[in-house]
Amino acid sequence: MSAIPSTIQAVSPARPGRARLLFCYLKRDRLALAAAIFLVLLVLAALLGPWLMGDAATKLGLRHRNMAPFGLDAGWLYVLGADTLGRPILPRLVVGASNTLGIAAAAVCASMLAGGLLGLVAGYTESWYSHVIQRGADIIMSFPSLLLALIVLYTLGPSVTNLVIVLAITRMPVYLRTARAEVLELRERMFVSAARSMGASSARIVLRHIAPLVVPTLMTISAIDFATVILAESALSFLGLGIQPPEFTWGAMVANGRGYLATAWWIAFWPGLAIMLTTLSLNILSSWARTVADPQQRWRLQKLKKAAR
Amino acid sequence: MNTEAEKQPILRIDGLTVDFLSDDEPARAVDNVSFHVHAGETLVILGESGSGKSVSTSTVMGLVDCPPGDIVQGRILFQGQDLTRLDDEARRRINGCKIAMIFQDPLAYLNPVYTVGRQIAEVFQHHGAADARQARARAIELLARVGIREPELRVDFYPHQFSGGQRQRVMIAMAIALEPDVLIADEPTTALDVSVQAQILDLLRDLQRERRMALIMITHDLEVAASMADRVIVMKSGKIVEAGDAREVFTNPRHEYTRTLTSALPHGDLADASNRRSGVVAQEPVLRVEHLVKEYRLRSGAFAGKRVLRAVDDVSFEVCRGETVGIVGESGSGKSSVARMLLRLFEATSGAAYYNGVNIFEMDERQMRKFRRKVQMVFQDPFGSMNPRMTVQEIISEPWAIHGDILAKSRWRDRVAELLELVGMRPDHAPRYPHQFSGGQRQRIAIARALASEPELVVCDEAVSALDVSIQAQVIDLLADLRTRLGLSYVFITHDLPIVRHFADRIIVMQQGKIVEQGATSAIFNQPAHAYTRSLLAATPQPKWLRAGREQAAGAVPA
Repeated sequence: MSAIPSTIQAVSPARPGRARLLFCYLKRDRLALAAAIFLVLLVLAALLGPWLMGDAATKLGLRHRNMAPFGLDAGWLYVLGADTLGRPILPRLVVGASNTLGIAAAAVCASMLAGGLLGLVAGYTESWYSHVIQRGADIIMSFPSLLLALIVLYTLGPSVTNLVIVLAITRMPVYLRTARAEVLELRERMFVSAARSMGASSARIVLRHIAPLVVPTLMTISAIDFATVILAESALSFLGLGIQPPEFTWGAMVANGRGYLATAWWIAFWPGLAIMLTTLSLNILSSWARTVADPQQRWRLQKLKKAAR
Repeated sequence: MNTEAEKQPILRIDGLTVDFLSDDEPARAVDNVSFHVHAGETLVILGESGSGKSVSTSTVMGLVDCPPGDIVQGRILFQGQDLTRLDDEARRRINGCKIAMIFQDPLAYLNPVYTVGRQIAEVFQHHGAADARQARARAIELLARVGIREPELRVDFYPHQFSGGQRQRVMIAMAIALEPDVLIADEPTTALDVSVQAQILDLLRDLQRERRMALIMITHDLEVAASMADRVIVMKSGKIVEAGDAREVFTNPRHEYTRTLTSALPHGDLADASNRRSGVVAQEPVLRVEHLVKEYRLRSGAFAGKRVLRAVDDVSFEVCRGETVGIVGESGSGKSSVARMLLRLFEATSGAAYYNGVNIFEMDERQMRKFRRKVQMVFQDPFGSMNPRMTVQEIISEPWAIHGDILAKSRWRDRVAELLELVGMRPDHAPRYPHQFSGGQRQRIAIARALASEPELVVCDEAVSALDVSIQAQVIDLLADLRTRLGLSYVFITHDLPIVRHFADRIIVMQQGKIVEQGATSAIFNQPAHAYTRSLLAATPQPKWLRAGREQAAGAVPA
């Protein structure tokens, strides 16, 4: 029996490594490349910032109070201006990145993992705990999240760990519901029946067959959620239940500048811009990742060689 | 016909070449294809899946995504106008209005949240042919024309309230709404039962005669092709290998490929002599099904209140070791439900099924694991039955990952290569994804997966219905081969009687959940006892030239 001709060319024998291939795909999408570079810089700033500029960020300088940006008279540290206590904004952004990104990343990852897993379970089984999980999520959703945070942080005391836990819990239902909705559709698909007829266990079906198709959606949501978490954290900090001074985050910096918007816009503007750029980069990168993960969409990132004519 | 041949063709395609682009070298889907069609003529494009027949006509409609599709060269002339040069706006005026298309799967192309009346009316309104009230009236007219009963009532129904054949009629109604000059039908009857197929083909012929449309029909089904075509082109690997008058091509094929195609026709008087049935069958039942019943409780239908639907009604049969049992029936006859219950994908309402003496419905977890290893299923739809995110390697090795004791992980790669070769594919297909294969190739992958766990019994649910005749024959040969070599037993579920004629030892005919007839294959074909079996046998399409001859002989006025 002869092999049927295929419409696709044979796979070339020497395939580049996985990492190289990913990098190639990244290079094809200019926007995603820019986003990735920005995020790498941000992570470097978060790791090295406190060590490089820790002192400058907390140095009070009453002469520089509410100094306007773009002036180099006071040195390059003051290029983005200074805040109400005369601290330079640029080093504060760099140093604040580590707290901000650390808390937000931890909270988003925790809520995505917990919400995603519970959603997979709730979507796949029809037993009683599926209902328990869903009603639990409904309770969290209907309870004012700020109030929940207040109660928890008041009883447990403000600390970074507690803050992450509270943020993760309040954001969890979004992931849970999305994951469950996707699973409900996917589990009726034929390849799930096929896996079951081969004797695959529920755990295998959920993790091997369903989860890979749900994860890209959750990643996209988490990228958007990042900004929400940063701002929610600043709201808690504002109430004195989040990060305690002298520690600070971008959210706290925005809250700080809120009262000076009319006279010194730059105090709130720069950290706000940093939050926006971070979220935007994450968004672009997650949409790139979704394209790469989908074998049917991957061609969008491939070099499309045309035939000579 | 002679006068028409001298006239200018309504649609002419010249040297069309289409590539699909990716990281590797561009893949040529259509290679220097030229054809034309006159008004009132039927051109059939025949070829196996992946031969580029759909791509070439999708290009006419501008439905190929660019990129990854890339029209390297060629012209598409419609009434003298080159379609490849038109912008979207000009193209829209032609699509649907002058050139219309019907697709294989009407459910996928009808919007489930709008009534069919609204969707047909939309065609008129989009092209500014009628206002809302007139559009509705014309939608009702059209539904009546395509043979939907009670069109005034049904116009407000949703697509899911129609059967497959009726949905195809609705699609045809939408396509002919604006009286197009060219109608392209892409496998319009592949998803339908034989008797419904015959009705749809009749409808298409009538409409064509009435409106003098040019009909381009894409099919892999030789009988359908023969019954419709004035002219035929045969495609293979993106190239035209043979073109000409239908009768000439079918009765006197010149190209080797066309010859294998026509010889692969499962019909004919010789079929009984050259069958692939198993000779000797051990009298030891592998599977015994007793009084199987499946009931569905319907909440409230469109007409009735609460009622119970018996999808499977008191079905009993046996499968012996090394035997092939064909279950034949139209869609809705409950044959697929039987398969799904046997594999415990559905729970049975009552009844029992014994596999090697153990009741499947009462197995504990350990027995079930063993059972899942020894009984495999090949699903109807090779598109849906594989995870789109897994490579072929992962798909075929999945049974080994599930049942850890079959094969050591280090040997997976070699065994996958072996299995791929066994089902007639190349080992270097392993790192690819299912969407990169044609339907026939995917079904081979599905068979390779079913064989991976070395089963005793394979349940094939319409496993070859979506494939082309030549590949059907190959796959059935393959299954028959494996039966003799590995001692497999099959339960082979299909709506297509001719296929099982070659292959099955015994046939069970099902209608509306009940077994109406069962017996040895030759007995069923030679002396069908039940009226339903006879009607199934009679629904096979007849070649057009034969029929035309008969009509003339009977004094009928030819069109």
